[in-house]
Amino acid sequence: MRSLSNILGKEIRELLTPATVLPIIILAILFGSMGGIIGDVEGEASKPPIIGIVQYDDGVLASKFSDTLKENDAIGNPRSEVVYAGNNIEEGLQKVSEAGGVALLVIPEEFGSQILSNSQGIIEVHWIMQGTGVLDTISSTSLDFLISGANYELSKYILENDGDVDVELALNPTVKVDTTTFKGKEMEGISPSAISATLSSQNMLVPIIVLMVIIMAGSSIIASMGLEKENKTLETLLTMPVKRSYIVLGKLGGAAVVGLLMAVIYMLGLGTYMGSLQGSTGLDLANFGIKLETIDLLLVGISLFLSLLSGLGLCLVIGVFARDFKSAQSLTMPITFLAMIPMFVLMMKDFATLPTAVQTGLFAIPFTHPMMAINNLMFGDYTLVLAGIAYEAVFAAAMMGAAVILFKKDILVTGRRKREKKKDSRAWSLARPRR
Amino acid sequence: MAQDLVKSFGSFQAVKGVTFTVNEGEVFGLIGPNGAGKTTTMRMLSTLLQVTSGSATIFGKDLITETDEVRKIISYLPEEAGAYKNLTGRKYLEFIARFFCQGEEVYDMVDHGISLSNLSDRIDDKVDTYSKGMTRRLLVSRALMFKPRLAILDELTSGLDVISAQHVRKTVRDTAANDTTIIVSSHNMLEVELICDRLALIADGRIIELGTPSDLKEKFDAANIEEVFVRAVSA
Ligand SMILES: Nc1ncnc2c1ncn2[C@@H]1O[C@H](COP(=O)(O)OP(=O)(O)OP(=O)(O)O)[C@@H](O)[C@H]1O
Ligand SMILES: [Mg+2]
Repeated sequence: MRSLSNILGKEIRELLTPATVLPIIILAILFGSMGGIIGDVEGEASKPPIIGIVQYDDGVLASKFSDTLKENDAIGNPRSEVVYAGNNIEEGLQKVSEAGGVALLVIPEEFGSQILSNSQGIIEVHWIMQGTGVLDTISSTSLDFLISGANYELSKYILENDGDVDVELALNPTVKVDTTTFKGKEMEGISPSAISATLSSQNMLVPIIVLMVIIMAGSSIIASMGLEKENKTLETLLTMPVKRSYIVLGKLGGAAVVGLLMAVIYMLGLGTYMGSLQGSTGLDLANFGIKLETIDLLLVGISLFLSLLSGLGLCLVIGVFARDFKSAQSLTMPITFLAMIPMFVLMMKDFATLPTAVQTGLFAIPFTHPMMAINNLMFGDYTLVLAGIAYEAVFAAAMMGAAVILFKKDILVTGRRKREKKKDSRAWSLARPRR
Repeated sequence: MAQDLVKSFGSFQAVKGVTFTVNEGEVFGLIGPNGAGKTTTMRMLSTLLQVTSGSATIFGKDLITETDEVRKIISYLPEEAGAYKNLTGRKYLEFIARFFCQGEEVYDMVDHGISLSNLSDRIDDKVDTYSKGMTRRLLVSRALMFKPRLAILDELTSGLDVISAQHVRKTVRDTAANDTTIIVSSHNMLEVELICDRLALIADGRIIELGTPSDLKEKFDAANIEEVFVRAVSA
């Protein structure tokens, strides 16, 4: 029993190092704050949607419809918060978007007469889309809910008062025509949920690629440092007549080439996957002017490359502290988490719709930028992409500089356990007979 | 050559001012008890550790300011070292040789290295199939094959059998005869007596004795260096 607890103790001490515990703490904090964000969004979703109404038809049916939108529901809660009611679409859109609203509903002049002549009344929904994340489109769901509520009331009214309207039609009196405005682009005939559904595959896959490449290339570079120490080849390498910066560049370059190769392979896979996906949904965003130009692809490539370089630089700096292969493995954890944070957050919410503090945090992580580059470029948002690239370049340069400096220091040879060694030597000199 | 070298790790001084000169073409031995500071001194001389204070020149090149120049003329064999496990012995020697020369010269150097290593047909096997002694022989030949002007060899024959150790000692003497100066540390007193022209005895970060083996034996009235060691350290 004693020997079992002896082994147990040793193993636990080996496994419980800051490098293994810290990432878990970070993860816990991350999930906590994610919970916070999701909670916020849920709160938002249960709040009545903020809308504007433009009503060109002042007939009784149109009024019935728009009144229902404004009224409280059966249990007395407001169905919506109307920030504009008038007859100017431009003005309405502006008001709604200033209020952070979801959409402007336009009821055209012939709304009522159409229904009475047995065809569905058109409701033009001018969506103001905030972001493409899963949680960003929740408010659009609540508007859909609101409209179906209004439809229900309208159906009741029609059935009670206009006996000659076809029952079938009376049950489905209106039809929605969507127009979505997102990042200054107006797209007719498409709703935010359709856009985000189409983008969601890409919103998931690009971050996954970035994550995979960073983890693989990054851990390979940390492992290479760990191996050099474990196999005791580092000391020899460091006495060779070669500039420290070349050693750093050699290690980075090797991992970067392999990383890019992996990225290209993933990209090819992704390309075919996306192609087949678009074929199946039948929604080609290019028809709405949402597509990437060659220059955009180039920017994505640059962003990806720089984030890879930043990640590798960071890994090399971390790798300096690896004692051996095993400790190197646990040191890759922080990198993994650093790459997972933007992935999860961006899947849920668009960068633009995040609180400033979270935005700052995400911006500081170099891996964020390639993850959101495609999305931003599709909607012509160059500022964020270019700023990201500039930041990544600075970050990568700083990491490489730090690595070169560390390579000139003792720490590579002596490791980071100075204090323990010192204790050993004291113990030795105490054990020795005093002269 | 080495002037008052000091190395501190934090508040602990591992080497407390070491001064010695090594003559060209000489085999200079560092001996001393465990933890005396031999490895630390050698690591400083081979540019691996930053010198805390003091100075050293190696063939006129300043250790601290001309580090890159120094690296071109020295070679260092760590007390515990390995080679890249996925390479064969030959490929490893080629990898190292490419730091010092190009083209055909690489192969000449590697051939020289192979003959020094005495690994014969095992040279084309992967390093991770080597025994400890075989790896050591590969590394010794790695350190000597490019005829450095100064070779710093820490615990030269650690892990070698009698025959291999003999071979390595002969290699070291031959290399010294061919214009390479050698600093070697060892715990084998027979060995240092056999190959060293002069010896420095380090204890507790300081040189306590320095001289030729025969001078030292005379001074301590000892039959061999082992006795010198014991008497000097316990004095
Ligand atoms: N990285 C380090 N951090 C702190 N102290 C160190 C470090 N490396 C060595 N020391 C201390 O410096 C002293 C000299 O060590 P060094 O390795 O030079 O001894 P040595 O003479 O080579 O011994 P050995 O014969 O056992 O190889 C020892 O007390 C050792 O504990
Ligand atoms: Mg030693």
